[in-house]
Amino acid sequence: MTEKSLHIDWIACDGRGLCTELLSELLERDEWGYPRALGYGSDVPVPRQLQDAARDAVALCPRLALTLS
Amino acid sequence: MSEALWALGRGTGVISLILITVSVVLGILTRSGRPAFGMPRFAVTLVHRNASLLGSVFVLVHVVSLFFDPYAELRLVDFFVPFLGTAKPIWLGLGTVSLDLLVALIVTALLRRFIGHRVFRAVHWFSYAMWPIALAHSLGDGTDAGTVWFLTLAGLCTAAVLGSVGWRASRVFVEFRGTRGAEEPA
Repeated sequence: MTEKSLHIDWIACDGRGLCTELLSELLERDEWGYPRALGYGSDVPVPRQLQDAARDAVALCPRLALTLS
Repeated sequence: MSEALWALGRGTGVISLILITVSVVLGILTRSGRPAFGMPRFAVTLVHRNASLLGSVFVLVHVVSLFFDPYAELRLVDFFVPFLGTAKPIWLGLGTVSLDLLVALIVTALLRRFIGHRVFRAVHWFSYAMWPIALAHSLGDGTDAGTVWFLTLAGLCTAAVLGSVGWRASRVFVEFRGTRGAEEPA
């Protein structure tokens, strides 16, 4: 399994907070509720053990703001 | 056999009303971006989705069982084209309208990733039409509509939906409203 990267589309994102629940090891919420990965911007590397959670986050994002590639 | 179909048709109609009410309420609540009823946000979305899908299965059993039931006098065209029914055409037609809307809602929700967020959301707003039309169908067409238990259930469903719509319309609905609102020009 190759290293995957979670891309956040900031125009679509509305900070609803589902991804930060599912990927709490990876993402935290900023003071407006938007996801934030310390040290990264729009593309966040996803460790192997979090890839299932990342897929759930992509499928459940109410704004279709996430892609995993 | 026809007694069984009749009972199945009525029972699944009631269960559909409950499940779709749960789905509508959770759909409104999840829009706020907040946890609800002790469930995390992703769980609210999952239960919203699964209640809709399960409710649709009950609606399917509801219409198919009544199609084979001699009392209801349903024809195939009544599944899709409203107000052509032989018995209580108006009330049956409302059921057909809500079924058509339900199919559109489910199909666009399942194809959300392919049709895009704008189309999905434009169709999904029709949930607000589908639910009251389905409720009116249950009250006008349902043979249990005059009973105390059904009126109590319908009242509870109405209160739940109106309550969540009222909360949605209120100023504090969206999470982080305070922080985000502070950034907006006065």
